[in-house]
Amino acid sequence: MGRLQDLFEKKKTGVLNVYFTAGFPEKKSTVEIMRVLQAEGVDIIELGMPYSDPLADGPVIQESSAVALKNGMSIAALFDQLKSFRNEIHIPVILMGYMNPVMQFGFEAFCKKAAEVGIDGLILPDLPPFEFEQSHGEIMKQHGLDFIFLVTPETSEERVRKLDQLSSGFLYAVSSSSTTGKEKNMDAVVSYIDRLNAYQLKNPILVGFGIKDKASFHLISGHANGGIIGSAFIHQLQKEVNYTAATQTFIRSILQ
Amino acid sequence: MNKTFTAPDLQGYYGPFGGAFIPEMLFQNVEHLQQSYQEIYNDPIFQRDFHALLKDYVGRPTPLFLAERLSEKYGSIIYLKREDLCHTGAHKINNTIGQILLAERLGKKRIIAETGAGQHGVATATVCALKGLECIVYMGEKDIDRQAPNVARMKMLGARVIPATSGSKTLKDATNEAIRDWINNPTDTHYIIGSVVGPHPYPDMVAKFQSVISHEMKAQLQEKTGNPLPNRVIACVGGGSNAAGAFYHFLDEPSVEIVAVEAAGHGITSGLSAATTQLGVPGILHGSKSIVMQTSDGQVVEPHSISAGLDYPGIGPMHAHLFSSGRGRFLSATDEQAMHAAFEVSKLEGIIPALETAHAFAVLGDLQLQKGEVSVICLSGRGDKDLSTYMNAMNEQ
Repeated sequence: MGRLQDLFEKKKTGVLNVYFTAGFPEKKSTVEIMRVLQAEGVDIIELGMPYSDPLADGPVIQESSAVALKNGMSIAALFDQLKSFRNEIHIPVILMGYMNPVMQFGFEAFCKKAAEVGIDGLILPDLPPFEFEQSHGEIMKQHGLDFIFLVTPETSEERVRKLDQLSSGFLYAVSSSSTTGKEKNMDAVVSYIDRLNAYQLKNPILVGFGIKDKASFHLISGHANGGIIGSAFIHQLQKEVNYTAATQTFIRSILQ
Repeated sequence: MNKTFTAPDLQGYYGPFGGAFIPEMLFQNVEHLQQSYQEIYNDPIFQRDFHALLKDYVGRPTPLFLAERLSEKYGSIIYLKREDLCHTGAHKINNTIGQILLAERLGKKRIIAETGAGQHGVATATVCALKGLECIVYMGEKDIDRQAPNVARMKMLGARVIPATSGSKTLKDATNEAIRDWINNPTDTHYIIGSVVGPHPYPDMVAKFQSVISHEMKAQLQEKTGNPLPNRVIACVGGGSNAAGAFYHFLDEPSVEIVAVEAAGHGITSGLSAATTQLGVPGILHGSKSIVMQTSDGQVVEPHSISAGLDYPGIGPMHAHLFSSGRGRFLSATDEQAMHAAFEVSKLEGIIPALETAHAFAVLGDLQLQKGEVSVICLSGRGDKDLSTYMNAMNEQ
């Protein structure tokens, strides 16, 4: 059983998944931030692979990607940084990124390398189910990687069921159709999650986009299995020079 | 199955290129378009409305003009398809007319678009004014500075021009911002893409709307030469919308040579170029698989061309397929060659072409045109918008 399956076996609610961009704020900060996230009680780390044209991201994550690229971050450099992270990081870690850089690395080579260093799963928002079913899904499966699809409030029930079937690890519920880092109407988000719950899906549900503080995380945790925080954390890293302290402060503000 | 270069398969693939690589947040909108565009396009009432506007508002059919002095110079027969005479000064409006009628049918109230040189932005603002729809145009901050007259035209037509300040602040980033706007406004908004790029069905839809160019060419050639087929068709390619329109009805006619001219900027190997097929590799940009200029670790690079309309690091999937299959002959022209050609056409034919269009003329000397052969150049736009660049060139001489 994979680390994600293990986690959700033991923990049904209040699962905290934190996103940050690899190579941000400094090229060498990636693993150190992961260490602090684990020590502070985060359940899953979602590591963003920076890209020049991140279509689904709002200004905060775009900016962090641009800085990471300026710092010289690349997929090859990231795998190098992750060479021995499993000696000290034991929580599930997934990679999030866009298809183009992954294609250039070589999709199969990428999956092989990710599995080798100890990555548990992938989120590639611009890989649609049609392409997944053609060949990509099989390759990920061969390398034991989970793949997490996104669903939105506009996704039909039939399609939610299909994406749930294709996903493993968890299902990523985007709180409303938007780019990352936008304000949300939380009442609408809650009723959307309750609707998803009524479908009795096979995967746990984590809610992302608009989860930014203790209040929104707790609200969502009462309905879904947990939440994903990205832009709010990146914003904290942008504000504070010391990224170790910024990470500590931010996670404590959510969990304590 | 018949092999055709014009129509993609059901998933939007032209050979290995195309598809719809979009985040789930765009799925409803894109799927809705995929399911409805063919039916709407084929509806006789839609066709009637579309062609009525092309005739009475755009001024179609545009003339096919025998360029006698140019023909004499190159020792062959050269016709010009005068898209520069379209309302707003370029072929871009053929597509925006089609898409605004489509948006009306889909019940959309808000129109967004991206623009580089501003020609597509002006063409979109124009049809939005015509139909009384809200219009938002994303334009790179850098392009806003270098294309002031078109920014003023868009504003006068009632559009809101929003600067794209991310990335390199040019067309690629304006396209990203327009797509992000669409993600954030999933129900009331239609995105009018200006070229044969983007997720399926955009490349096919835009090519269909632009195909009126080659449809007219065929009839005009028949009338003027007694043969609907020329020996070759020549067009400039950035994303490739005028080329798609000019090539469309000739792609499945193997006797017609298809010549696409990309912008080489300072030269293919100079590091300042926009010749995508020469410098790019297969990749995914703006929702489709095509040929993309990028670094070895998959970061999209900023191209360079003197013409803002060809300053794009990708190319439509239909063209990527024409290139990789060998059906199309892909050439390029440098900034300097394009500039030289612009002055040549101006002096020989009394037509000042857009800088983009000038690239198509710049390869005439390389084609070894034979006596008696018929070539058609798609004169995609007029040069008014480039006057300041042309004036600088004259001052330097």
